[in-house]
Amino acid sequence: MDMIEEQFDAIVIGAGMSGNAAAYTMASHGLKVLQLERGEYPGSKNVQGAIMYANMLEKIIPDFRDDAPLERHLVEQRLWVMDDTSHTGIHYRSDDFNEAKPNRYTIIRAQFDKWFSRKVREAGATVLCETTVTELIRDAKDRVIGVRTDRAGGAIYADVVVLAEGVCGLLGTRAGLREMPKPQTVALAVKEMHFLPEEVIEQRFGLKGDEGCVIEAVGTTSRSMAGLGFLYTNKESISLGIGCLVSDFAAMVESPYVLLDALKTHPSIRPLIAGSEVKEYSAHLIPEGGYKAIPQLFGDGWVVVGDAAQLNNAIHREGSNLAMTSGRIAAEAIIEVKSRNGPMTKRNLALYKAMLDKSFVVKDLRKYKDMPALLHTNSCNYFTAYPRLMSQAAQNFMRVDGTPKIEKEKATTAAFIKARSRWGLVSDAVRLALAWR
Amino acid sequence: MTIAVTKSRVEDKLYQNRYLVDSGRPHIKVRPHERPSANLLALTHVCPAKCYELNDKGQVEITADGCMECGTCRILCETSGEIEWNYPRGGFGVLFKFG
Ligand SMILES: Cc1cc2nc3c(=O)[nH]c(=O)nc-3n(C[C@H](O)[C@H](O)[C@H](O)COP(=O)(O)OP(=O)(O)OC[C@H]3O[C@@H](n4cnc5c(N)ncnc54)[C@H](O)[C@@H]3O)c2cc1C
Ligand code: SF4
Repeated sequence: MDMIEEQFDAIVIGAGMSGNAAAYTMASHGLKVLQLERGEYPGSKNVQGAIMYANMLEKIIPDFRDDAPLERHLVEQRLWVMDDTSHTGIHYRSDDFNEAKPNRYTIIRAQFDKWFSRKVREAGATVLCETTVTELIRDAKDRVIGVRTDRAGGAIYADVVVLAEGVCGLLGTRAGLREMPKPQTVALAVKEMHFLPEEVIEQRFGLKGDEGCVIEAVGTTSRSMAGLGFLYTNKESISLGIGCLVSDFAAMVESPYVLLDALKTHPSIRPLIAGSEVKEYSAHLIPEGGYKAIPQLFGDGWVVVGDAAQLNNAIHREGSNLAMTSGRIAAEAIIEVKSRNGPMTKRNLALYKAMLDKSFVVKDLRKYKDMPALLHTNSCNYFTAYPRLMSQAAQNFMRVDGTPKIEKEKATTAAFIKARSRWGLVSDAVRLALAWR
Repeated sequence: MTIAVTKSRVEDKLYQNRYLVDSGRPHIKVRPHERPSANLLALTHVCPAKCYELNDKGQVEITADGCMECGTCRILCETSGEIEWNYPRGGFGVLFKFG
């Protein structure tokens, strides 16, 4: 291919959320952009829950609501703590979420990524799918100057390479730009797509039109591992999944599909998906290391964005918005350097980090910097002991059996103290509060 | 018995998925070994596609056809050199319809 001989302003590796945001932003500012994606089509390798946050996409494509494939806008969120037979929950539903420009939508990634990629092409970028980048090319001074792919034709050169290669980050880790994620900083999630008629979903969740509801659940469903289950309503399907830290899976020798099947048959979940037809089973990693796991973000001739840079807020289940924002900001930094006719040196590209530090991306991750370690080391208390205790306490409160209320309260208090000791309870609460601060 | 049941369930799940298998070019290989490490052994349970299995000599083998390219086995076993992990060639491997 003759285009291989050309020099690009930027090469973007990956056509996921972060890569599309970066490629779109640069191409619409007139930069000559080549984007490479290993999948047959953008999205064919990507997995998400998926909740998409409108604000961060609006900053890139303000009128995205006109033609983006959106499933439902969220009006209700349920946070559940589950034990084997029950769930205790906080439900928040508000008609305020039925606004002209809703704040959060469920999406289906394979469809969404195809749409986003069409926008990238329309903005003027060249997008090549079915192309796995196999190597970063560096010059004698160790500057990244291009890439090699598994297509015939050899090297492709650019002033800067944007690594939007996702959580596995094969290229960057093999090139020594950053370390490989550790088992305790990534979660493995599995997910199924359950299809049901639109009206059945609306009835089961009390929805009308495009309204949507999501459930997030912690508890004994993750078998003492640090993990989370989720159920998201799409138009004609329900996304159901569960994820836990890879280190926990390995230590406990648990199988993710066994956890998923247990979640599906849980008495609180089963009626919600009853009669559904499953059309896909997927698995993917999620970065969970938080602030302390953020690697070096830029160097001579390269920047790294999105999941590859571990920019994921596991506490709030946000990833795609951090990916889109970091992709956009990296692109804006590159555009700025180029407009000054500056070379894409490490020193100039430091602008990307400076801009990212000022954004919600780094501020939010810094806020929860101690959370990953706490949940990791204390997982059997937070994910098994407390969920069981909460269920017992709620049941004790609600069951009317002639036991005087004062005795019931004493029994509940005693159960907590027996399970964790007074000191344990105080220290768990204090540590959680400190990490949350 | 329970193992057989679980296994058939995973195969049923994978049956829903679309793949373009690059025949004769597996993207993941297990290095020959006498005894698997704890992590490699754990993969016989942890791999979400159940690609890893124990043979009757107590060694771990892989059949990567159902692999969803999640990277879990790479995170657990690449550093020790027990497995060699690459993406499939462009266009090959799992093709999520929904993701
Ligand atoms: C089960 C699950 C649920 C989630 N739920 C949510 C949610 O509800 N809300 C939310 O905001 N986030 C969620 N996330 C996180 C979100 O999916 C990620 O943060 C987001 O997809 C990251 O985008 P990215 O562009 O960095 O990476 P990806 O979307 O993973 O994109 C990386 C791309 O690079 C390509 N690629 C990689 N290497 C190469 C190579 N060498 N050559 C060519 N192409 C390559 C890949 O094929 C892929 O298309 C969830 C994640 C999972 C796994
Ligand atoms: S990448 Fe994931 S699905 Fe594929 S073999 Fe490894 S653990 Fe299994």
